[in-house]
Amino acid sequence: MTAAKPPLQLNDQGQLRHFLSLDGLSRDLLNEILDTADSFLEVGARAVKKVPLLRGKTVCNVFFENSTRTRTTFELAAKRLSADVITLNVSTSSTSKGETLTDTLRNLEAMAADMFVVRHGDSGAAHFIAEHVCPGVAIINGGDGRHAHPTQGMLDMLTIRRHKGDFDKLSVAIVGDILHSRVARSNMLALKTLGCPDIRVIGPRTLLPVGLEQYGVQVFTDMDQGLAGVDVVIMLRLQRERMQGGLLPSEGEFFRLYGLTPQRLALAHPEAIVMHPGPINRGVEIDSAVADGSQSVILNQVTYGIAIRMAVLSMAMSGQTAQRQTNSESEEQA
Amino acid sequence: MSISILGARLLDPANDLDRVDDVHLDQGRIVGIGTAPVGFEALRQIAGEGLVMTPGLVDLSVSLREPGQTRKGSIASETQAAAAGGVTSLCCPPNTRPVLDTTAVAELILDRATVAGHAKVFPIGALTRDLQGEQLAELVALRDAGCVAFGNGIGGLHNSRTLRRALEYAATFDLTIIFQPQDHDLAEGGLAHEGPTASFLGLPGIPESAETVALARDLLLVEQSGVRAHFSQLSSARAVEMLATAQARGLPVTADVALYQLILTDEALADFSSLYHVQPPLRSRRDRDALREAVRSGVIGAIASHHQPHEDDAKQAPFGATEPGISSVELLLPLSLTLVEDGLLELPELIRRLSSGPATALRLPSAGIQLGAPADLLIFDPAGQTLAGEQWLSKGRNCPFLGHCLPGRVRYTICDGRLSYTT
Repeated sequence: MTAAKPPLQLNDQGQLRHFLSLDGLSRDLLNEILDTADSFLEVGARAVKKVPLLRGKTVCNVFFENSTRTRTTFELAAKRLSADVITLNVSTSSTSKGETLTDTLRNLEAMAADMFVVRHGDSGAAHFIAEHVCPGVAIINGGDGRHAHPTQGMLDMLTIRRHKGDFDKLSVAIVGDILHSRVARSNMLALKTLGCPDIRVIGPRTLLPVGLEQYGVQVFTDMDQGLAGVDVVIMLRLQRERMQGGLLPSEGEFFRLYGLTPQRLALAHPEAIVMHPGPINRGVEIDSAVADGSQSVILNQVTYGIAIRMAVLSMAMSGQTAQRQTNSESEEQA
Repeated sequence: MSISILGARLLDPANDLDRVDDVHLDQGRIVGIGTAPVGFEALRQIAGEGLVMTPGLVDLSVSLREPGQTRKGSIASETQAAAAGGVTSLCCPPNTRPVLDTTAVAELILDRATVAGHAKVFPIGALTRDLQGEQLAELVALRDAGCVAFGNGIGGLHNSRTLRRALEYAATFDLTIIFQPQDHDLAEGGLAHEGPTASFLGLPGIPESAETVALARDLLLVEQSGVRAHFSQLSSARAVEMLATAQARGLPVTADVALYQLILTDEALADFSSLYHVQPPLRSRRDRDALREAVRSGVIGAIASHHQPHEDDAKQAPFGATEPGISSVELLLPLSLTLVEDGLLELPELIRRLSSGPATALRLPSAGIQLGAPADLLIFDPAGQTLAGEQWLSKGRNCPFLGHCLPGRVRYTICDGRLSYTT
């Protein structure tokens, strides 16, 4: 009964104006993000690491949840694009004084911010902000609840593409706590859109959400079977609190069943790469010998993360600016 | 005021009535069907050609939000909205502030409803004090103050022993208990039906078993205690199946469904719109279809709005931080006519589920279109249309149907012989 709404994160020309989730983004657009990030990787290798794309723009990192890696790489990405950057850890400031999410963001908007990078514990928070709070500001989702972590998804894709080439012949396994993982959701969507023919998820049934078939993935509860011959292994972080409430008996039993050891990794393709969004729990989901081993690309992911974030920030800023121009022109005509 | 309604189609399935005739009202009652009594003079005549007259609608759950939450709604605003939806009698749940667990609160609600005069209000009392699930409220005193049934909100009582005793106590005095079955532990933290949509959106799920596990317990304790029981807001196919089995075994249990559950599914959540955040959650298409079938077959005898008005701020947050509920009593008739339009229900069945069905479930007075009965009537134009939101009387604008063009138009709502709503 509801009329179809235009896609929230795209402008009238189909360019990014927000970056909220990978749902609904075309393969071409994902490839454009990867290509743009590739070009920014060169910038990172130069002696002077800055480009002037966002000069004069203000980027606010608003983190309602703790983060080190994501927050820092967003900050670096914005700085390398020459933007002015402010980072707020809201979890420890305004909300504890009773200010609502809406009020916090509207205050920042009033300070003439051009872009918000938002991390929030509620699924859908970034959508809410883009739709109802600050539609004129580009919103970048830095992780919302269990829903999406689209820049992590894209940096994982960049990692895979740079190490393994095209997606259309690859076998990728995602292992661990799929249920609570926004990274897993974004990765499954990205892999599907990019044409990966064999996406596997591996975990115990307590950590697998219902309805996984909608992502076009194969589900394995046996780690050895799931890893057989894969080209890419993406391990997920297991939170300590999962030991409560009957999801898992112990970290030890989890490691025994789903921990990535050198022996298990030997079941994958000999040139398989090992990824992890970090922070890693050594001895819980991954053995140190694997994390620090030759097949691990975990630290490369961090480097690529800056390039991906530069790509997304610059693309969304230009899409949002274009949309504002279109809007003001149509207002003038009206 | 004396009123004659001339030439309307009189439709009251509970009284086997379906014919075109005149109806005459005086001093709050129906004084003539067909011919007017000797000496009757109508101060007002309503031309009824092309219109349908039915018993006034009976809504088993309309949150009035008063006392305590008047930012969301007031007794005056929400009963007026109800009249616009064709309602002449409504029940209000006990989750007011303070909770409806004392006669003082019941009296306050009834007094203000009488002053407002838009609809007859039948309060549902709290089963336990402050809805805490520990100490029983003074059920008999509340009954004497006007409470028609007792409930403890969604989830009911956590403690099965306390519940068992509460039911036995209620059975002693032939009180009716309303259950909204949801297992506290299985539903805890959940925001949406556990299914592909919730998984995709990363919203914590409420499994079907949250409803069925609680329903199983509740049905067994109802059977053991022999209490009169009504199950409210059922949401899943499996729960309907369990209820039908219990009814088939001879357990005299009734049930209602929220009207929006017959229309929407969890797929509506796809872009995180908080307008679709409801409790119990919107479930799958299969569940919705089973609910429709149960309404058709009569396993579910009542359709209720489960009207929950909110101020705008309550819905202005990320999905999980918003308050659940839809403001919908104002659209009760036109929205439910979509079920007829879609061929899911015949009009007489629909009217039954919206009037005699709910009245019977909670033993509310509803004599329908009969000589001498109170004149609680709805007159609507079946060929007309309602643009939802064109006018809006409820304080809560949290309605996903605003802007929709719905079939049928309420023309007159008559409560105790007075026009409580006209267009």
